[in-house]
Amino acid sequence: MKHTENIRCRAAAATTESRWVRWLLIGVSLTFLGLFLAMPLAAVFAQALSRGWAMYVRSLGDSDALSAIRLTLLVALIAVPVNTVFGVAAAWAIAKFQFFGKSVLITLIDLPYSVSPVISGMVLVLLFGRQGWLGPWLEARGIHVVFAVSGIVLATLFVTFPFVARELIPLMQAQGTEEEEAARLLGASGWQTFRRVTLPNIKWGLLYGVILCNARAMGEFGAVSVVSGHIRGETNTMPLHVEVLYNEYNTTAAFAVASLLALLALVTLVLKSVLQWKTGEQLTPEEQGYTGD
Amino acid sequence: MGIEVRNITKTFGTFAALRDVSLGVATGELVALLGPSGSGKTTLLRIIAGLEEPDPGSGAILFHDEDVARRRVSSRRVGFVFQHYALFRQMTVFENVAFGLRVRPKRLRPSRNLVKYKVLRLLKLVQLESMANRYPHQLSGGQRQRVALARALAIEPKVLLLDEPFGALDARVRQELRQWLRRLHDEIHLTSVFVTHDQDEALELADRVLVMNEGRIEQIGTPDEVFHRPATEFVVKFMGQVNFFHGRLEGDKVHFSTMAWDWPEHAGASTQPARVFVRPHELDVDVERNGQPSLQAVVTRIHSAGPNVRLELRAASGEPLCAELTQERFRSLNLSVGNTVYVTPRDVTVFADESPK
Amino acid sequence: MTLKQHSILPGFGLTMGFTLFYLSLIVLIPLAGLLLKSATISWDQFYAAVTDPQVVASYKITFGASLVAASVNAVFGLAVAWVLVRYSFPGKNIVDAMVDLPFAMPTAVSGIALTAIYAPNGWIGRWLDPLGIEVAYTQLGIMVALTFIGLPFVVRTLQPALEDMDVEIEEAAASLGATRLQTFVRVIFPAIMPALLTGFALAFARALGEYGSVVFISGNLPMKTQIVPLLIMTKLEQYNYAEAAAIAVVALGASFAVLLFINIVQWWSRRYAA
Repeated sequence: MKHTENIRCRAAAATTESRWVRWLLIGVSLTFLGLFLAMPLAAVFAQALSRGWAMYVRSLGDSDALSAIRLTLLVALIAVPVNTVFGVAAAWAIAKFQFFGKSVLITLIDLPYSVSPVISGMVLVLLFGRQGWLGPWLEARGIHVVFAVSGIVLATLFVTFPFVARELIPLMQAQGTEEEEAARLLGASGWQTFRRVTLPNIKWGLLYGVILCNARAMGEFGAVSVVSGHIRGETNTMPLHVEVLYNEYNTTAAFAVASLLALLALVTLVLKSVLQWKTGEQLTPEEQGYTGD
Repeated sequence: MGIEVRNITKTFGTFAALRDVSLGVATGELVALLGPSGSGKTTLLRIIAGLEEPDPGSGAILFHDEDVARRRVSSRRVGFVFQHYALFRQMTVFENVAFGLRVRPKRLRPSRNLVKYKVLRLLKLVQLESMANRYPHQLSGGQRQRVALARALAIEPKVLLLDEPFGALDARVRQELRQWLRRLHDEIHLTSVFVTHDQDEALELADRVLVMNEGRIEQIGTPDEVFHRPATEFVVKFMGQVNFFHGRLEGDKVHFSTMAWDWPEHAGASTQPARVFVRPHELDVDVERNGQPSLQAVVTRIHSAGPNVRLELRAASGEPLCAELTQERFRSLNLSVGNTVYVTPRDVTVFADESPK
Repeated sequence: MTLKQHSILPGFGLTMGFTLFYLSLIVLIPLAGLLLKSATISWDQFYAAVTDPQVVASYKITFGASLVAASVNAVFGLAVAWVLVRYSFPGKNIVDAMVDLPFAMPTAVSGIALTAIYAPNGWIGRWLDPLGIEVAYTQLGIMVALTFIGLPFVVRTLQPALEDMDVEIEEAAASLGATRLQTFVRVIFPAIMPALLTGFALAFARALGEYGSVVFISGNLPMKTQIVPLLIMTKLEQYNYAEAAAIAVVALGASFAVLLFINIVQWWSRRYAA
């Protein structure tokens, strides 16, 4: 209601700019976005297809490319569910209970956002590398972390750590605890309360967090680059494979693999917009009205 | 006894929300917890429901003579209606009401058909049969309120607790629902407690009213008792507008302004300062002295649009007064602003000032 | 004082226990390892490592390029946010969704795409080259990449602030005789200033640590186009872990200082909140 009202009011002459200013601003903005967003995106596909469709398909069918795709999927398949479970657990504890030190905990969960990817990878090398604290001990037992798949998984877990939790905490805080209390008073067990009341209320927000988490997990470069060792066919994820190909002046193949990642980004954006619309719908003002504050 | 609360204390940090509160609610009785915000009434209700715990070591809560302290919330069988209803927004009206039946352990869960039968019967009771497939956001406030009530009743609760049941509704719907809830209570006779900050609501609806202030019970009594024989100054002031006079108790009389009033409760010989309260409708207004001791005052404002006429007056001593007359009486006096009148109390409430300043 | 208030909802112990355990395992212990590692060298060695001329040059490059990129984003991001919130034009929803592209696009992809565009034979590079402007493999290229990466931070923090602005306040300003420009400068801009500062700081913080989108376009020349994350990477490749850790500690300190600044801005901006 309020939104449409605002739009109508804004059309009023007193609170809008002259036509000339409006179109100037729109023009400047679109030019800027065109240069900085649309052009790089277009460049990826143009370069990937610059030597024809057949070449494109051959680049993607290369065995190293395929193993990079497999590894990327594997890493995401581990990191995303684990961080999703963590995100739901953390959001439940933080949003549904009052306890001492809550804001400190939220800050700590946010930490990986503010750590450079290179440093994120590096802390793993310091812990698990050949000269690291735990590296020699693990290596003596045949466990390799650095320059191995497990290191890539750990690095991905680190950089995608906050995504689901950060999406759910504000949503669950806004929804309050009354519905859950009502369910408990009506005789529901803890698990029934979560599955039948909480989960349906957060499902779109949860999916949103999962999609962002997945995009980062599949696209992470810096942190993974430090721990991977760039072993072709073994520890190269898709972004790493792009780098290897690019540095070998195999530009077309590099952009072919990159185009898959760009497609992933586009799919992510579409899903994100759809879910934003869904979650926005979930919290329309009139619905918020009856759930209280 | 339907609900018994024994010596409950509750503190949040350093704030004492409840101080040694005890209360008994008879089986089938409808009791109102009345008080201003922050008086502890909602905390008391939430403690009865088990949503909050009283301070460790303080008192007990009994439902039908059974201590429920050890009972898990989910097995207390409390029907609770939240102030903002807390309806499950992703479920239809039917699913909301059926929820309590469907989450029972398998061996206690009614069959599909029985659930359907029970829910539809409840929806009929709250006059929402046609809304079964709507979602909460498609309902009006009053309808949501009734869904919340049906949902609470579905688990066949031992007691029904309502937190500000009409707080979020507009005035007209509130009046209708109030009368409807009273009829419903007379029909099902469930031990019920509701919280309100509106004294009219409490007086009209409840069998007994419990007035709370700053975590303490000021008075428990029937609406009549609370209104006509208030136990404390707080209750007098909370029950509506009242005229206040400083006075003094002497023998078995109370003296205030130019008047004296018999007050046999004060048999002591000592003279003591007192505080005297007179409700606007307990002030008689006349245009001439009628022989009784009276107060001279000037009419400063007249509100005549309403069932009664309210007069704002200024006494000769300068203090403002308020009086309420029937429309007939007002017409027979033929008053207008600026007239001089003589007011005589019909009834007074007196409290001895224990600590004179 | 009780650590946790009573609640009838279950699962606090389980979820909190798991949260703390997992947080420690994945985030806190590794970061503590970094601090311990940098503590294995003496203070003098630490100081020498972080003040080496090559290291100082990389601080300057990173800091300067990040500052320029965040400033460019503050200006154009404000225009973009304004246009998206206030005006309607065909394709607006698509443009709005596209703003998140730098979030969604893997940084390595952005990096090679920007390099391709700004290389001397690229779509833009070929027009700039005759003018004597080199972008790829220069500091200008670093700025371009960091601008790309920081844009969504400014736009996404400004959008809600602009949406929440009460139209009545602008109407009041107009009714009191203010021109549209005066209303913007005196009424709207002060109101969105905290959001703009926050967006600027977020973009700046992200730029300080950015690696993937810069590594391809920067050329990685020591003293000229070597940013801090690249320098750390180089030290790691030389197995010079202690120095790498020392530089990383300084970089982390800078990121946390920016975060602290953001928190102060947020706290300051709430001083008028009802």
